[in-house]
Amino acid sequence: MYSLTHLRALEAESIHILREVAAEFQRPVMLYSIGKDSSVMVRLAQKAFHPGKIPFPLMHVDTTYKFNEMIEFRDQFARSIGVQLLVWTNHQAIADGASPFRIGTQKCCGFLKTRALLDGLTHYGFDAAFGGARRDEEKSRAKERIYSFRDQFGQWDPKNQRPELWNLYNCRVDKGESIRVFPLSNWTELDVWHYIHLEHIPVVPLYLAKERDMVIRGGALIPLEHDIPLLPGEKAQRVMCRMRSLGCTYCTGAIRSEADTVPKIIEELIGFRRSERENRVIDHDEEGSMETKKREGYF
Amino acid sequence: MAATLPLPGTVEEFLDQSERRELLRFTTAGSVDDGKSTLIGRLLYDSKGVYEDQLAAVKNSRVNRSTGPIDFSLLTDGLKAEREQGITIDVAYRYFSTARRKFIIADTPGHEQYTRNMATGASTASLAVILIDARKGVLPQSRRHAYISWLLGIPRVVLAINKMDLVAFREDVFRHIAAEFDLFAADLDFKEIYRIPISALEGDNVVGRSGRTPWYQGPSLLEYLETTPVDSGLNTEELRFPVQHVIRPDLDFRGFAGQIASGTLRRGSPVMALPSGRTSRVKSIATYDGDLDQAFAPMSVTVCLEDEVDISRGDLLVDPERMPHVARRVNATLVWMHSAALTPGKQYLLKHTTRTVSATVTAILHKVDVNTLEPVPAGGLDLNEIGVVEIETKLPLHFDPYRRNRATGNFILIDGLSNLTVAAGMILERSREKQVAEGSETFLGDVEFDTTRVTPEERRARSGHRAVTIWLTARKEMAWLLERRLFERGCLVHALADDVESRLMPELARMMNAAGLIVICSVAYDDPREQARALAMIGGERFLAVAASGLAAQDREAVEQICRMLQARGVLSGRMLSGGEGI
Repeated sequence: MYSLTHLRALEAESIHILREVAAEFQRPVMLYSIGKDSSVMVRLAQKAFHPGKIPFPLMHVDTTYKFNEMIEFRDQFARSIGVQLLVWTNHQAIADGASPFRIGTQKCCGFLKTRALLDGLTHYGFDAAFGGARRDEEKSRAKERIYSFRDQFGQWDPKNQRPELWNLYNCRVDKGESIRVFPLSNWTELDVWHYIHLEHIPVVPLYLAKERDMVIRGGALIPLEHDIPLLPGEKAQRVMCRMRSLGCTYCTGAIRSEADTVPKIIEELIGFRRSERENRVIDHDEEGSMETKKREGYF
Repeated sequence: MAATLPLPGTVEEFLDQSERRELLRFTTAGSVDDGKSTLIGRLLYDSKGVYEDQLAAVKNSRVNRSTGPIDFSLLTDGLKAEREQGITIDVAYRYFSTARRKFIIADTPGHEQYTRNMATGASTASLAVILIDARKGVLPQSRRHAYISWLLGIPRVVLAINKMDLVAFREDVFRHIAAEFDLFAADLDFKEIYRIPISALEGDNVVGRSGRTPWYQGPSLLEYLETTPVDSGLNTEELRFPVQHVIRPDLDFRGFAGQIASGTLRRGSPVMALPSGRTSRVKSIATYDGDLDQAFAPMSVTVCLEDEVDISRGDLLVDPERMPHVARRVNATLVWMHSAALTPGKQYLLKHTTRTVSATVTAILHKVDVNTLEPVPAGGLDLNEIGVVEIETKLPLHFDPYRRNRATGNFILIDGLSNLTVAAGMILERSREKQVAEGSETFLGDVEFDTTRVTPEERRARSGHRAVTIWLTARKEMAWLLERRLFERGCLVHALADDVESRLMPELARMMNAAGLIVICSVAYDDPREQARALAMIGGERFLAVAASGLAAQDREAVEQICRMLQARGVLSGRMLSGGEGI
């Protein structure tokens, strides 16, 4: 009797999804966020089309508020695996003054991420976009399909999703409509790290613990980058910490941690259970806020 | 309560154990208010599948519909709308792990109008947990859930009889419900129905065994989930490899990428490509991590063949010794999933493995009353109705009955105008009316003795040869010559050439094959599409393609070559050719 371990079963399922999309859509793209999930997704794409090259470009939506280490990693990584990398930024909004300090995180996200993403997809005419989202991340994502239909405005309607049975995915869209595809839907955070460990997948060093300059604000550890203005009474301090998930500097809190290797991160995950999005300021803006964002077109 | 250790203590132990950890996918189904969300919440909570901050958010929530300190159901109710209404309105997927297994739960709503979600969740599951409220017993919805689980091919069911705390943990209540369920499920051939008395709210027999059910000696629910065989319904016997994508990075490499749907691929073993019927051998099984000697379902691999065979997306690689069925008309069970009712005669798109073809529902044979499992006459199918229909496809399907092979027996129907997925289908068999005309499916050597119908084996015994179709690309004179040669040797043979419209040839050939004749279809020029259509209609085991268009019309040696080939393939017995001239 032949059987696969759970990680190899997940891998086989994800590769199947990547190939279906490459075969059935006109212009697919992989949204590359530089994070650990994206890194796993890119490795799965390499596997899916080996010995050929990845037959679609990667696109990074750059808010210009990302960590410098992320951008360096991105450019070096794309070069090393020989994939086409597109970078899209909502320059107009930034010129008009969109920043988390001035308009608040929720609005900032709307312009620099959601709007930028939708504009980027429209600009290139992509009809399918891979994202690294997982269903275990957040409650509203538990009901996301692997192929998530978006109307011509990029919006998601949770009550009107297509039924998804077996491994038969419905790729049919009309002009202007698109599908967001989540090949890692059934992976958990632990699976992702475990796979990174097994496969020796490179990740941004921000995930690993080291002493960094931080400010403590509202209980969260916020990194001092991009000239974050200090509020009265706050002061910078060196903290041994790491990022559990990567977003914009202002919205990504760090966690105190000594885990400076991947196995130590796994050990930390087994030992304590805080969901990785907890340190993301945007999810907590209002109750059900991720669902609201997704309806509008956010990944 | 003896809680099992969810995950091992150290990372070394974890990484070591994970090498052997399996994946079990199961569905949970229950009626409204039978405590399903509470049960899942507790499984996640007790196995540390819930993150602290999510738990804190639930503790702080303005809503608490439970009587305890934590409303576990809030952990799983995802969308705003259902949090407000207190019902689960869509399939939600949950994840948790123990030292032994990783689990994926397809949590499906119990609400009546969401049968389609139940089917969706069941389609990928190998086990179903059906919740029953001990105070209410087996409800119509419990029956519906059991039926849909069975219909979608789930082999194992756990009957979790919940709220035992509210019936004072009485054994007779438990036994009564179990017996009631058995009565209903007798018609459904599950491999196993396991019954566990639980209280999701108070945790009895969920993770640890309860002291309050001394009359129950079996495992807790989690123990059962950790130890029951992972029976994914994969067919391990018959190779089916739907080609997803052709990988051709340079002139030296041409690989067919796909996920093995069933069976095993081995380097060097023969494979046949459908619909072309061309055979070759596996040259290599390529992966990013190096070539493999063998691969099995559900692995995703890339296959290279020894010969240049024209294969593209939608083709199916199979073991030539174990062919799938081929038919343009099949009977199938449909679960209708759209508010616009099924319209017989309307064209839909049918996606089966990696192929999408046009299809029409030609007849609704009956629908199924899911409460009684009785067939009921029907003129259409409405949302959430289940029926048996006859479907005709533009191109033949290469399939196995769903009960035999989930992966090659399923399909979805898509409305070509709205692009919506409107139905899920499970193939039962070829359409019965057609089966007679298509001849018995009996393979040589696999005799089914039938006292009423004459079998192909009996015909063969009389004629001394197999009934095959020779697809001869040559001038028609050569067909006449071959027909004469075979006739002289005592064969029952008939050549079809320009006396028949070419598009009718496959159908006629199939009928004459069924009558025991060797048929020579003479076609003037090579037309791969037409040939593929003929192959599909006639079946690979009866089909021989011979290209001789470059030869002279009266080339006797070519004819003799064909005869020798027929002998080599076991079509003609040696007796029939011995003494013949020029051999």
